[in-house]
Amino acid sequence: MPPEPAKASIETDHAAITDVVENREQTLLDKLFASQAFWVTIALAILYVGMALYEPNAFGTVENLANMTRNFAPFGIMAIGMTVVIITGGIDLSIGSIMGLVAIVAGLFLTWEYPWYIAFGAGLAAGLICGAVSGFFVAYVGMSSFVVTLGMMAIARSLAIVFSGNQMLYKFGPDAPIVKAIGQWRWPLHTPDSWLPHWLPQLSSHFWTMIIFALVAGFAFNFTAWGRHLFAIGGNEQAARLTGVPVDRIKFFAYVFSAFTASIASLLILGYSGSAINALGQSYELRVIAATVIGGANLMGGAGTAFGAVVGSALLEVIRNALLMAGIDSNWQGAFVGAFIILAVLLGMQSGGKSLIAATIERILPRKHR
Amino acid sequence: MALLDIRNVSKNFGAIRALSEVSFALEPGEVVGLMGDNGAGKSTMVKLIAGNFPPSEGEIAVGGEVCHFHKPIEARGKGIEVVYQDLAIADNLTAAENVFLGREIKKGVWPFRVLDKQAMIERSAALFQELKSETRPRDLVKKMSGGQRQAVAIARTRLSQAKLVLMDEPTAAISVRQVAEVLELIRRLKSQGVTVMLISHRMPDVFAVSDRIIVLRRGAKVADKHTSETSPEEITGLITGAIRAA
Repeated sequence: MPPEPAKASIETDHAAITDVVENREQTLLDKLFASQAFWVTIALAILYVGMALYEPNAFGTVENLANMTRNFAPFGIMAIGMTVVIITGGIDLSIGSIMGLVAIVAGLFLTWEYPWYIAFGAGLAAGLICGAVSGFFVAYVGMSSFVVTLGMMAIARSLAIVFSGNQMLYKFGPDAPIVKAIGQWRWPLHTPDSWLPHWLPQLSSHFWTMIIFALVAGFAFNFTAWGRHLFAIGGNEQAARLTGVPVDRIKFFAYVFSAFTASIASLLILGYSGSAINALGQSYELRVIAATVIGGANLMGGAGTAFGAVVGSALLEVIRNALLMAGIDSNWQGAFVGAFIILAVLLGMQSGGKSLIAATIERILPRKHR
Repeated sequence: MALLDIRNVSKNFGAIRALSEVSFALEPGEVVGLMGDNGAGKSTMVKLIAGNFPPSEGEIAVGGEVCHFHKPIEARGKGIEVVYQDLAIADNLTAAENVFLGREIKKGVWPFRVLDKQAMIERSAALFQELKSETRPRDLVKKMSGGQRQAVAIARTRLSQAKLVLMDEPTAAISVRQVAEVLELIRRLKSQGVTVMLISHRMPDVFAVSDRIIVLRRGAKVADKHTSETSPEEITGLITGAIRAA
């Protein structure tokens, strides 16, 4: 299926550019093969099926699937926020600490017996303020995102410890059941009279929240001017500025959005566990960044997808869970996860617009007359 | 009436006088070469016209109306577009996406106000065709030749129906074949009645397309001659100062 040269109608007295250089318009299949998220999805599927066959009674159960989807969902949600920041060419190291702060602020308000929406609102506000402060210094003052968010990481964690008085908060007042219901809600449910088949996992509110985030972000990345501008900033910030893209505003909101995803993830975990600790989210930022990068985001900016963020998080969780279920010492997790990060980026490395795998396939099976 | 009238313009940066009392006018459909050595004030002149900063003294009139630009977007509103030396192009986007960067066509109502990709692709294809450039709207700029990139940057100026296009060193870092392509693009702009101001170091390129050449030396205008009445030798002399003024 050769794509018709777009300019066939122009009369030229010389060879068309397509005749001279090997430069065709990409077909959908080419794009798929060049996408890192696609290969990570395949790796995820192979790993999952392989492990499910190997450990059908531990790893392969529907309960475990429900568990895994719940475990990685907060990471997936945050990875979507991180993807937005990374596309602009920045990084957000503060999300783990923001989770801790959000949980403690919301937990305090619950302890003081405020209604759940006030508590959640206060937690969310605390998170958004952190994001806005980071965003202000990065976008409007022009400081490096690494430094600013590193600072915010320390500030937010320290505030969480101070506010909590270094105590765990769990006496949540009258609205405790509602908070718990939000965090532990599942759908679809396996009731005895349910018509649903039993292989269908009972998916958590965390998972569904992630799906909503991914759909909205995916839509925004692909179909809105905001998404287009995000990628342009990552590709060439100066160019975006010169063409009239509101660069500062978009960068500012990227950090606010990242903090927003961290806040939502934190509140879901708070609800699920029914308690708030100031250490919540410690070192999560690294796992989120790893997931984002595995999913195909480029730390140099200008590339990344919502789907990739979710798949990257899922892969990390499946590796973690598989090692656990296979009875391998949990201290090995870091080595496996680290190896996968390097492997995924290696496989996604672009050589002439093709991923390493696609280039290798091309070499083995040359397709001259596509 | 002149399209652009520069009247006794000076620009100081602190104690440094980058431009002193420069005057010239550009007529519609003219291609004017602006030449000068490094530090002669070429880029200051371009930035003044493009609206990056206002002049210290003197005034700039567009279509007879005196303008005080403080931001490039204001100059753009008056039909002045700049093709920057680095082209202001994002490599990770396609040709069409770059052409429409910052002024995307949208459809639908908020919050479902989405990009009208098809319209943008069709419009950029038409622009490339108008420029007789073999640039495909869906191709990533990353994979394009220097000439094609220029076409993308120039198509952007056609989008806004610019009356004056300033081109900063468009032929500085590209191959011979691509230079021919870019010069052809400039002729196309001229044939459509667009005024082009070409800022360049490359004498043969300026002579190939310009109607008139303006030479700056140490912030002052030393020559403003029709291309037919001068020679590369004379211009070289004027640039270096071997000939004081003409």
